[in-house]
Amino acid sequence: MFTSHAQRTPATAGASRATGADRTDGAPGAGGPPAPTPPSTRAGWERLKRRLTPYGFLSPTGVLLAILMLTPIVMVIWYSLLDGVITTKNSAFVGFANYTEVLTDPVFWTAARNTLVFTTVSVVAHFAIGLGFAMLLNTPLLSHRVKAFFRVIYVLPWLFTVAIIAVLWRLLLNPNGVVNYLLGTVGLTDGQTEWLANPSTALAAVTFINIWAGYPFFMISLLAGLQGIPRDLYEAARVDGATPFQQFRNVTVPQLRPIIVSMALLDFIWTTQQFALIWMTTGGGPINATEMLSTFTYKLAFSRYEFSVASASAVVVLLASMVLAFFYVRHQKARD
Amino acid sequence: MSNGARMRYLGGTAVIGAAALLLTACGSGGGDAAEGGSSGGDVTIEFAQWWEPELPDGAFRELMDTFESENPGIKVELLSGPYASTKEQVLAGAAAGTMSDVVGLDGAWVNDFAKQGSIADLSALMSEDGFDDSQLVSQVQVDGSTYMIPVVNFVYPMFSNDDLLAQAGVDAPPSTRSEFAAAAEAVTALGDNTYGWVLPLSLEAPNGVQNDVMSWVWASGGSMLADGQPALTDNPDVESGIQFVADLWDAGVVAPGSFTMKEQDKVEEFTNGRVGMMIDSLAHVTTIQESNPDLGFSISAIPAEDDYTGERGIPYASWGIGVAENSEHKAEAMKLVEFLMSEETNAQLSSIANAFPGNTESVPDFVEDNELFATAFEIYQDGYPANEFTGLPVAEELMRQLGEQLQKALNGDQSVDDALTAAQKSWESEF
Repeated sequence: MFTSHAQRTPATAGASRATGADRTDGAPGAGGPPAPTPPSTRAGWERLKRRLTPYGFLSPTGVLLAILMLTPIVMVIWYSLLDGVITTKNSAFVGFANYTEVLTDPVFWTAARNTLVFTTVSVVAHFAIGLGFAMLLNTPLLSHRVKAFFRVIYVLPWLFTVAIIAVLWRLLLNPNGVVNYLLGTVGLTDGQTEWLANPSTALAAVTFINIWAGYPFFMISLLAGLQGIPRDLYEAARVDGATPFQQFRNVTVPQLRPIIVSMALLDFIWTTQQFALIWMTTGGGPINATEMLSTFTYKLAFSRYEFSVASASAVVVLLASMVLAFFYVRHQKARD
Repeated sequence: MSNGARMRYLGGTAVIGAAALLLTACGSGGGDAAEGGSSGGDVTIEFAQWWEPELPDGAFRELMDTFESENPGIKVELLSGPYASTKEQVLAGAAAGTMSDVVGLDGAWVNDFAKQGSIADLSALMSEDGFDDSQLVSQVQVDGSTYMIPVVNFVYPMFSNDDLLAQAGVDAPPSTRSEFAAAAEAVTALGDNTYGWVLPLSLEAPNGVQNDVMSWVWASGGSMLADGQPALTDNPDVESGIQFVADLWDAGVVAPGSFTMKEQDKVEEFTNGRVGMMIDSLAHVTTIQESNPDLGFSISAIPAEDDYTGERGIPYASWGIGVAENSEHKAEAMKLVEFLMSEETNAQLSSIANAFPGNTESVPDFVEDNELFATAFEIYQDGYPANEFTGLPVAEELMRQLGEQLQKALNGDQSVDDALTAAQKSWESEF
């Protein structure tokens, strides 16, 4: 929308000015001899320059995008169609053979299923916890000092890097760690659960860690959204006799919907790409229980040195991400 | 300046800026680290390794200074980083043809780099240089040619917490599998979250398969290969070694958390006094002593099968060295290799690294000063260094594949035989 506007406006303005100039130089009403046809090349140059000016401003970004994004993507797509790239000097074109290999690998589908579960649960929990805490921080029932204290506490997970989070939770969830000690003390478990090392609990454990690490992003965004809702909407609702739940459902949620949809789509895209946390806590194990598309691709490339197949896997992930990105862009356009 | 003029000026500047950026980007792409700098007639060779950060501050640079003074005209630029990033850097350099002239290598990488043609044939270079390779403890070869020379070796003996063993009524570290199983059960029976053995089987860093699992096979003279090919099935040595590990697991004497445990977790469990025995690198002795000075522990050979009387293989990991095929200064690079493998330098490096020398003539200082190291040196000399993953294709992936199958077996999803059959199949596809 912006581009078409930017393209149209200077062109139109240039054209109208050129017409005016024609009128001044050789207006029939001036009584002079008919003016010769103005040098259209000069006016054309002016028009062209004006049209190109925005692209001049955009060109550094364009060059950077081409070098840093487009080139690697094109290279990976090209690699995915070759055999033995990087490890052999003369790679052969094999068409979609690498895609067939990836898509017929049962571990790929295990990884896809795990990624879907991990991502969906994470996004839903990020939203629920983020909204809950945001509303708590926005409530007029608590003093500013109390809210400031909780704001610091709630935002803490966001301040740690993934490496720190992985090390921290590995220690906490260790069979001899704090979590087992606490749960064992209150009698909820036998205090010996191998949270990350047991195939039946590992996926839930890494999902929990990811939820803990990611909810503050939702919380901060939703808090900003909550603070932007006009007070008079709530006053009007109260005048109409709406209960607090009805106010939440009919005022808060509709007002926050654009933020919620944007954040959910972004979080979905980001979480499907989560690699570092999984790699540093479980390495995709035990027995593929936490294998994600990202760890599956990494192992193909850097453990088996099958860069062609890894490229095919990366392209499949890219296509899946593009579907989500399409919905995100469409939603953003609808908002504009 | 009018609006139009300002716009034209800004537009022009933006276009020129973009063009400059493009040219800069294109121009900077051609830097080749392997070309080696040359100033004032000197040749500078790059040496990428993970050793410098693991040695006392400045110690490795000092060795390089000595080399430079002994070889006027050759400068050494050290590219140092942690093991994992060095691996990625060497891998990327191999792919791009920009590998440093001299590279620190792990035996697990060699086959892939040799097949890729990114590291040079050291047999040919040693021959050209007139280097006597009979002084080398070992050489890592692919198709009959040497591609890596182990500079120093870190062996993996058995560590035992003598206090815990004594509490459990065990007088001496076990030397056979039966004694080990009995000692592990006795220590576990002490309770209070104490276990007999610790087994790291993380799939992120799967070297536990090499050091903590296959070591049982090698300690009894077994092999996982036959004629250089995988031999996990129809191999009584491998079957009995893996079955022994599974039996220990079933007996409940292995510390919990194995499936995601890494080497450093294993060392931590032992250092904290929660496990009776572990198989670990001699490189960790100082760390353990510094972290828990009160821990009474000793080292001994890895227990063998009860009726085994032959030489015991002892797992080891090496700081290996190789030369990049793309190096334009192979002769100078070979001089550095020669320097590091010389009797004096190798003894010096072994001493500061707490490792065993790659030169047969070198004797590190610590053998005389430290009882533990002296014992380890005896174990090393009595047995033979064994690491069959060295030189194999995608060695780390082979460990991971066996590790996954072993995890399934220990989890009760399949038998040990099925695990070995599945691992054999996946290994064969990698060979």
